[in-house]
Amino acid sequence: MDNKLIIAKSEPLWNTNNRVVFLISTLIILLFALPLFGLNSFYLHLFIMIFMHAVMAQSWNVIAGFSGQISLGHGAFFGIGAYATSFFYIEYGISPWVSMPFGILVSGFFAVLIGIPMLRLSGHYFAIATLLIGISFQVVFQRWDLVGAASGLWVPMTPEDSWSALQFHSSKVSYYYIFLVFFIVTFFIVWLLSRSKLGYRLRAVRDDPQAALSLCINVSNYKIIAYVISAMIMAPMGSLFAQYILIIDPDRVFNIEISIIVLLITVLGGIGNVWGPIIGASILIPISEYSRIYLGGTGGAVDLILYGLILMIICIFRPDGLISFVPKDILNRKKQR
Amino acid sequence: MKILSVKNLSRSFGGIKANDNISFEVDEGTILGVIGPNGAGKSTLFDLITGYTKADDGKVEFFDKNIFGLSPDKISNLGVGRTFQKLKPFADQTLLENVMIGSFVKEKNIKKARDKALEIIDFVDLIEKRHHFAKELSTGQRKRLEMARAMAIEPKLLLMDEVTGGVDQRTIPGLVELIKKLKKSGVTIVTIEHNINIIMEISDNVLALDQGKSIAYGSPKEIQQNKQVIDSYLGTFDAA
Repeated sequence: MDNKLIIAKSEPLWNTNNRVVFLISTLIILLFALPLFGLNSFYLHLFIMIFMHAVMAQSWNVIAGFSGQISLGHGAFFGIGAYATSFFYIEYGISPWVSMPFGILVSGFFAVLIGIPMLRLSGHYFAIATLLIGISFQVVFQRWDLVGAASGLWVPMTPEDSWSALQFHSSKVSYYYIFLVFFIVTFFIVWLLSRSKLGYRLRAVRDDPQAALSLCINVSNYKIIAYVISAMIMAPMGSLFAQYILIIDPDRVFNIEISIIVLLITVLGGIGNVWGPIIGASILIPISEYSRIYLGGTGGAVDLILYGLILMIICIFRPDGLISFVPKDILNRKKQR
Repeated sequence: MKILSVKNLSRSFGGIKANDNISFEVDEGTILGVIGPNGAGKSTLFDLITGYTKADDGKVEFFDKNIFGLSPDKISNLGVGRTFQKLKPFADQTLLENVMIGSFVKEKNIKKARDKALEIIDFVDLIEKRHHFAKELSTGQRKRLEMARAMAIEPKLLLMDEVTGGVDQRTIPGLVELIKKLKKSGVTIVTIEHNINIIMEISDNVLALDQGKSIAYGSPKEIQQNKQVIDSYLGTFDAA
């Protein structure tokens, strides 16, 4: 064995950058400590929304960033998660912690049902088909009496804070920690996925499906796997959101805006990179929340105009997203020349 | 022992017969060179064998197993690797990642898959470029990448589409040596090649196509002397 090969084999599998490890550890400690500094309700809400949207965007990142399929109907899985927990809590008193996995499974099941025919389509056709699927969920739930039709579901409020009912009325701190844990866990799941055999194969499918086929990769199956994983990451966010606001309706949890915003967040931060959704959510969500404060109600849609503007600038000057500002040698997939 | 047996393989696109009743066999451990002018149906033949294009008629046997009609991933899983005329590297991934995607077929453990990929990259003399993104490599290096990636699935049969096409003259000897090295390692090769000198140097047998038809099949010497091949492809200068 020659020297160069021995050296190459002795390299660590991942270029664990100490600075990045330190940064992540510090960030996690800081995020856990933050409520101790007496964050007011608005800032707690802001962080909760950032965590939630980062997870939702991470979900979209799996199907679009890793396997290259642009889904415009991902809000459907958010809605399924929301309705699963609320419905079973209202009808049978089942704790959201129990019904949440059910919502995840139902989302996964629908992803298989939708994915098998839809993922045979490619490019724009898949995007358009998922857009219509997303809208059709909204239309069906608007007319489905069992789940409250257009008026939706009102989750009965517990008299006091309850971990089993996932309801906290006195403070948002508990919600903050729950969303934070989901945020961190999802980040590590997707990080592990990106470094697994599955992650490699999904990127192969994204980059060149024809070449992937020549490497024994069943392209259709892998697209479906990515779609299912993506849906199963999205669903618990719907469940948690439902328990956070305690009132859900089709316009709120199946809204097309959900599907669009996860796309915007991911593209802004950096598609196909585990950091992208976090960066994107940390920028877009504060813009959205502040514009709602200063411009009232829905933010006068100024947030959407700002999103569009930012997205145009990013697409023109930084097509790889804001993550591309980070020097390559800091990222794990660095080049060792 | 016959590793590949193609019988009466045909495929038409509209009124054009891209492959018309083509038959040939490949012995294990040999190199079959496929020659023919542009549009002769060489790449179509590869697409038909590997399942990328469905044949209208015929039979393809790999070690006596009928692989006609199987999907490309199933065929590659049986041990048929291939490279492409129009290169298809995973551009946004490093050379090592490209080859690891192939080595994952046989190695489930990520460290073992990485080490195996490194050995193959070393075999194709690109070890120093292992962390370079595929899009940063030269055409010759990308050809090696594709060979390495195909080798990573441990194919018994490797179909290579114009390995020396589109590269500068300095790069060709290295690629030819690599094909010989591959053969020595025990892989059976079917290669499409435009450069007749290379075909004559490396092939055990040659299949000549013209306008979708097989016009000759035999040893390089026989092919060089075949009148039909001379008329349609080699020309009188080479035959003299």
